[in-house]
Amino acid sequence: MFGYYLDLALRSLKRNKVLTALMVLAIAVGIGASMTTLTVMHLLSGDPVPTRSGTLFYPQVDPNPYSDGPSLPYDMMDYRSAVDLWSAHRADRQALIAHGQVKLTAPQVNLPPLMAKVLSTTSEFFPMFDVPFRYGRGWSAQDDASRARVAVISSDLNNRLFNGADSVGRTLRLKNSDVRIIGVLDAWRPSPQFYDVAGGRFAEGQTGDFYGRPEDVFMPFSSSSDINPAGFNFFTCWSMPKSGGTLQTSPCVWMTLWVQLGSAAKVRSYRQFVADYAAQQKSLGRFARADNTQLRSLMEWLDFNRVVPSDVRLQMWMAFAFLLICLFNTVGLLLAKFLRRAGEIGVRRALGASRAAVLAQCLFEAGLIGLLGGFGGLLLTLLGLWLVRRQPVAYADLVHLDTAMFLLTFALAIATSLLAGLLPALRASRMPPGLQLKIT
Amino acid sequence: MQIRPILAALRKHRLATFLISMEIALACAVLCNACFLIVNRVQQIDIHSGVDEGALAAIKLTGFDDDRGVDLNARVLNGLAKIQGVQSVSVISAVPFSGSPNNAGITTDAEGKQFTGVVNFYSGGPGSFKALDLQLTAGRAPQEGDYQPVIHFVPDDAQVWITQSLADHAWPGVDPLGKEFWVGKPHFRVAGVVAHLARPSPGEGGPSTIDWSVFVPSQPGAHFAGTYLLRASPAQLPRVLRDARAAIAKIAPDAVLDTTASQSVASLRESFFQQDRTMASILLGVIAAMLLITALGIVGLASFWVAQRRRQIGIRRAIGATRADILRYFQTENFLIVSFGIALGMLLAYALNLLLMTHYELPRLPLAYLPIGALALWGLGQLAVLGPALRAAAVPPVVATRSV
Repeated sequence: MFGYYLDLALRSLKRNKVLTALMVLAIAVGIGASMTTLTVMHLLSGDPVPTRSGTLFYPQVDPNPYSDGPSLPYDMMDYRSAVDLWSAHRADRQALIAHGQVKLTAPQVNLPPLMAKVLSTTSEFFPMFDVPFRYGRGWSAQDDASRARVAVISSDLNNRLFNGADSVGRTLRLKNSDVRIIGVLDAWRPSPQFYDVAGGRFAEGQTGDFYGRPEDVFMPFSSSSDINPAGFNFFTCWSMPKSGGTLQTSPCVWMTLWVQLGSAAKVRSYRQFVADYAAQQKSLGRFARADNTQLRSLMEWLDFNRVVPSDVRLQMWMAFAFLLICLFNTVGLLLAKFLRRAGEIGVRRALGASRAAVLAQCLFEAGLIGLLGGFGGLLLTLLGLWLVRRQPVAYADLVHLDTAMFLLTFALAIATSLLAGLLPALRASRMPPGLQLKIT
Repeated sequence: MQIRPILAALRKHRLATFLISMEIALACAVLCNACFLIVNRVQQIDIHSGVDEGALAAIKLTGFDDDRGVDLNARVLNGLAKIQGVQSVSVISAVPFSGSPNNAGITTDAEGKQFTGVVNFYSGGPGSFKALDLQLTAGRAPQEGDYQPVIHFVPDDAQVWITQSLADHAWPGVDPLGKEFWVGKPHFRVAGVVAHLARPSPGEGGPSTIDWSVFVPSQPGAHFAGTYLLRASPAQLPRVLRDARAAIAKIAPDAVLDTTASQSVASLRESFFQQDRTMASILLGVIAAMLLITALGIVGLASFWVAQRRRQIGIRRAIGATRADILRYFQTENFLIVSFGIALGMLLAYALNLLLMTHYELPRLPLAYLPIGALALWGLGQLAVLGPALRAAAVPPVVATRSV
């Protein structure tokens, strides 16, 4: 049966080559556009920490003493709130994070000084986020407490400074201080850089930079604030900071806290802990609002900050509208094609073929068009992704076609063509055989 | 032309007619909205920065010690001024499109209750106002006494120059000269209005606020150092910039040159709008592919109908219809189908626009796009059907006498 239908379908497709080419082209272009945008969307909306994102949470409080009205808490925390929550150690793991930059030179390496992006954090950052190391290891809680002059560097920086050699034990000069490298990360590329997406909802959809590379230097927050106290970025301030004051005492939010909570019960009790902390701070007169706290999970935090660039979403919707147009086009053409074969179908029916057989034959032909369109679509998808990779966007180097998307290309192409073929095939199979025989 | 027989024939092909109309309706909806999106992007790309872009470049230094700012300013201003072809060097906080904004929310009362919006503050040292070539529309240019030391992020009590669009937003219909505003404690008084001055990067509030800038004359010092504005004739600027970047290594070996920010304003603008240009060309590509597919669909279906009706065409020709009659029959038929599609497509275009408005902060689709989209599709339909219709017109009357 299969061979017979294949033969019939091939004959039919060969009979009108231009029309066949038209239908295959329409499906290929529609699939190519849809799969290119869908692949980019799939990569950008993925889970950056697949092993444990469900257990990672982002606490927020509202430290603004003038806060009134229904505003949401700031995307980051002030120094005191963040450190208070962190040092309570109520979660399974917790890490403070502050962003900044520092002038970096490597002694005995003949390169001009560069401004390195620094992630100042605490020891549990690495185990909590499942960060892979190529050489060495992270630092300990003891190093945090003793303000040790140690650093972990990214594989990019290690390649640039040391040509990828094991640089553990070597020294970096950060601003005016020496720090010892104790670890080198493996190729680690969480996409998006989930710990760096605060403020995304204010970015007007231009969030492509969230998919950039991790920081060059990771070091204990305590040591970082000793070495380069003015090198931190702040998120915003609720009133004008005092001139010459430090960020630690400023009315600004600039630190974030991530916590790992292994069970729903722990999440509940941590939520309560944050609320209690806010209430306590309100009674001390430091907070205006105790009810303005949040504990979002990692994926909720990404959604809240709308990390997928709006242009990527728009492109995907455009591509699907386009695929829909291609679908209508194919339905129209298949309908004309099948109905024109009314005579032939009439003969088959008169000779004993059942309606189901005619339906199956028509659908087989449609599916074959879909398969051919799928091959064309795959080539166009690869071309489309190649074009995306050439764009000056931070995620360009991440873009590739994975197995799931490869299979989806064909599934989508065949599904589209079967959907397109269903209505014309039903029409064709319903034609009364006698009438058709009489006319011709 | 008789329309009734055409409608009667189309009723026989209700499903095919409906499908091709739906395709055209969707194409119409996507076409109108995609054109609107493109025009929006192009308008953003075309904004006036208000500065003399071709003649300006920025040099940005980082990594120097906080207490070396005064010394660094002196060295750089001196050193860069010596480069041949430099018309002026001044200290500035940022240039348009450089992407390091100095945003703050302003209020028009000292108590901080009348919130106006989040605006960008440019601090500019002596000479920068003239170098930027800002177009004064009201008030006076900054004078020597206006340049004050930076205490917080700008001087604490300053005469400032604001853009026309910020003036219109903050004090609509009122002369903005002499008006005051506050950022918490610091207090500002409007001494002049400039036509345009784009912010370094889009802020909160969407594309309409791209021009909400405040120029604050500031005295270079410890808290105001590291970014410099170079002015040279447009022909010489690339060489001057190259020389300046090379000279920095000798003038300021203690600082790190930010190479991505140290560019001409024209190339900063280029990379700033790269994303929008890409998006506009993708949209153009989608429109082109969509119109092509739609046209091919019309060609395919019309060819089938022509082939199917060969006998009937022959009969019509045999009983006196001219070639022109046959041609016009297919053209009118196409016009009717496309018209059904356009009628539906306008509603769809509107619905799609409402959807885009909620998700992408787009303005409402101007009605002018609908007739343009309709005309484009009518034209496309006529063009697509011309080939099959000519083939139909060429069917000889003798076909009527043959059995197929």
